[in-house]
Amino acid sequence: MHTEQQPNRISRREVLKWFATAAAAAQLGATGLLGQESGALPQGYGSDPKVAGIYKPGDFWPLTLDRGQHRLVTFLADLILPEDQYGPAASALRVPDFVDEWVSAPYPRQQSDRKKILPGLVRMNELSQKQHGKDFADLSVRQGTSLLDEIVGNGSNSVQLKQAGDFLHDFTSLCLGAYYGTPAGWKAIGYVGNTPMASFDGPPQAVLDLVGVVQTVK
Amino acid sequence: MPTISIDQAKVEYDVIIVGSGAGGGQMAYTLTLAGLKCCMLEAGRSYDPGSETPMFNRPDQAPLGGASTPDKDMGFWDATVDGGWEVPDEPYTQGSTDKNEQFTWWRARMMGGRTNHWGRISLRNGPYDFKPYSYDGLGFDWPISYEDVAPYYDKVEMLIGVHGTNEGMENTPDSPPGVLLPPPKARIGDLVTQKAGKKVGVPVVSIHRAVLTKRLDADTIPAKLHPGNKWAQDIVAKSMRARAACFWATPCGRGCSIKATYQSTTVHLPPALETGNLDIISNAHAREVMVGADGKATGVLFIDKTTGREERVKGKAVVLAASSGETVRILLNSKSNQFPDGIANRSGKVGKYIMDTVAMGLKGQIPALENLPAHNEDGTGGAHVYSPWWAYEAQRKGKLSFARGYHVEVPNTRSMPGGNSPVSMSYLRGLHGTKLKEAARRYYGSFISLASRGEMIPNEHCYAEIDPVVKDKWGVPVVRWHWKWTDNELNMVMHAQQTFAEMIEAMGGTVTSKLATSGYDLIRPGGNVKHEVGGARMGDNPADSVCNHRSQTWDVKNLFLCDASSFTSNPDKNPTLTIMALSWRCADYIIEESAKGNI
Repeated sequence: MHTEQQPNRISRREVLKWFATAAAAAQLGATGLLGQESGALPQGYGSDPKVAGIYKPGDFWPLTLDRGQHRLVTFLADLILPEDQYGPAASALRVPDFVDEWVSAPYPRQQSDRKKILPGLVRMNELSQKQHGKDFADLSVRQGTSLLDEIVGNGSNSVQLKQAGDFLHDFTSLCLGAYYGTPAGWKAIGYVGNTPMASFDGPPQAVLDLVGVVQTVK
Repeated sequence: MPTISIDQAKVEYDVIIVGSGAGGGQMAYTLTLAGLKCCMLEAGRSYDPGSETPMFNRPDQAPLGGASTPDKDMGFWDATVDGGWEVPDEPYTQGSTDKNEQFTWWRARMMGGRTNHWGRISLRNGPYDFKPYSYDGLGFDWPISYEDVAPYYDKVEMLIGVHGTNEGMENTPDSPPGVLLPPPKARIGDLVTQKAGKKVGVPVVSIHRAVLTKRLDADTIPAKLHPGNKWAQDIVAKSMRARAACFWATPCGRGCSIKATYQSTTVHLPPALETGNLDIISNAHAREVMVGADGKATGVLFIDKTTGREERVKGKAVVLAASSGETVRILLNSKSNQFPDGIANRSGKVGKYIMDTVAMGLKGQIPALENLPAHNEDGTGGAHVYSPWWAYEAQRKGKLSFARGYHVEVPNTRSMPGGNSPVSMSYLRGLHGTKLKEAARRYYGSFISLASRGEMIPNEHCYAEIDPVVKDKWGVPVVRWHWKWTDNELNMVMHAQQTFAEMIEAMGGTVTSKLATSGYDLIRPGGNVKHEVGGARMGDNPADSVCNHRSQTWDVKNLFLCDASSFTSNPDKNPTLTIMALSWRCADYIIEESAKGNI
């Protein structure tokens, strides 16, 4: 486990090498890799990691988003989960690092998501350039929100907007998994727990009354 | 957990025990407290729940928020070490390429086996469950009755600590007064399910789980477990006092560092080690049971995974408790002139009649649970209520299209979020900003996922054999699985789907997915519930069973099977409690025979 404050990142060149190797592995199968330089392929945490440890993105495999991608992810995540009366913005809860960790992970589900997320980021820039003549992360919050509204409001009207809508759906799901896995996120969604208690008294009377049930376990 | 190397092993032990989970742990506990010298072989590494359990770790402190990966199939914090659906260097194979005829095999290569991560659900088999053929003409009867096992259920429940209530329901045995610990209060989703269950005729009652809702009475229980053995009582009392009551936080599947739940590593092995009569060798991959010229077992040959060398430990008796599939593998790989088809396999039944639990689930969204005030529902870290099978009368009247029953498990609706979206994304599509947060808060906790766990009738198409070609990293031939569901199981899950849809409707809710029209689209794959049982069933007749009512193999009198391989049927009741009860019963027999000089 790394202990430094900054997440473990690698160069774009190294990233390209990795995923080219991974793509070759997928096509050739494991034996096809034997004669190649596969040493740089990232590893997972294995079947016996120290599960009681405290980790942060980058501890098990390097993060692979480049500066521009990370900036876009941060801007978009904060539009999706902004600071408001429910809690802080996504970036304050390290949601962008979680997204980076997710799309950098060497597992099939995450590599599959990477193939949707990274082109989605490109698509957001294309839409932004088309409408405003600048990259998405350079938009104002109002402009960015307006573009999101257009994507989700008219997603079926064009292939490009529909694809952007599908990307937003997947991206939002990732952000929610990260945001609501934090103490601030728990407060925002209404989860209370993960703390030792002397007794478990069941739902409070106010909750029972709201739902219209009575406690049956005495 | 302290272990020894093969160099430190005794020349000969009274009993060699293969496996350290529920069956092996119980066996070691009972034998060593009676003074027998035992050596336990565990295929995985040692494990310390006290220091290795992620008790309060949050999703933002784990890779990928703790989401499951091929390295950790049930999520980062799952207590399973070096295990899962695939174990590195230890493959298994399938007899068919048809996905409906394949078996998924969960293995845990660690001290304590699956008991570190299990669901803690502890249900007694009922009277019908031991005589299923007599009840409805299907499957086979066990050579024992509920009355034979009941005293051992009592003892196991007192030892490990099981909470729950006595409901007096058909084929759902009560425990004697004072044995069960108090049930936890019902959660809000439990109460909504219970209310709906009344409308559709499905009872919802407190579940039985091996979680200490209060500390065990170490002043009185040890004397009930070990009458006349003050030495054993003192050791057990000390072990019980080392266990804390549940503090109502963290899921049990992570393990429990305060020993509030049953794990072999916190309940069975500590007192067994305390006796000084137990040696444990870890990373010991059992290959075969050795046999002498007299046809009796002489010990176990294993591969030391740390050196790759073949090693041997000798014992006057051998107990296999390696999990059904692994025990079958060891038996079939133990070939000799006396047992050319594998040891204890003169009946040809080793590997036959493998069963799993019949399972499906259905999720509903319940408006009455939306926007509830925040409150703590962590509870015991597992289910608080369930529905024992309720439709015996309807079945007897021929109203159902399947035999046997299923129980319903009701999970917590407000569990710790993180890793994945806490709300089904179909309820949040197109939202962003504060509206998204408001919707997440509105829907969080409003989903109920009902799960059925039912009985499978043993059939001849479900069996395990040795693959003639494939071997693992250590050269040990691997298991090849064969599997086939029958209409009984497929009809059962369709019935469960219909029942759950009615219950969700009775809650005022909506089923969140399209209902399946085929049982194959509902049923979880064979082995997927991790309840593989059978493969060396007990019976009355040596010609069609592998062991007798004492779990003693017919062919080798000092070889005993004390995991679920000896199961004759697989009732809907989860197998772990019965594994322990039968293991304790078998251990008492070994102690008796040892005292007589017969072992």
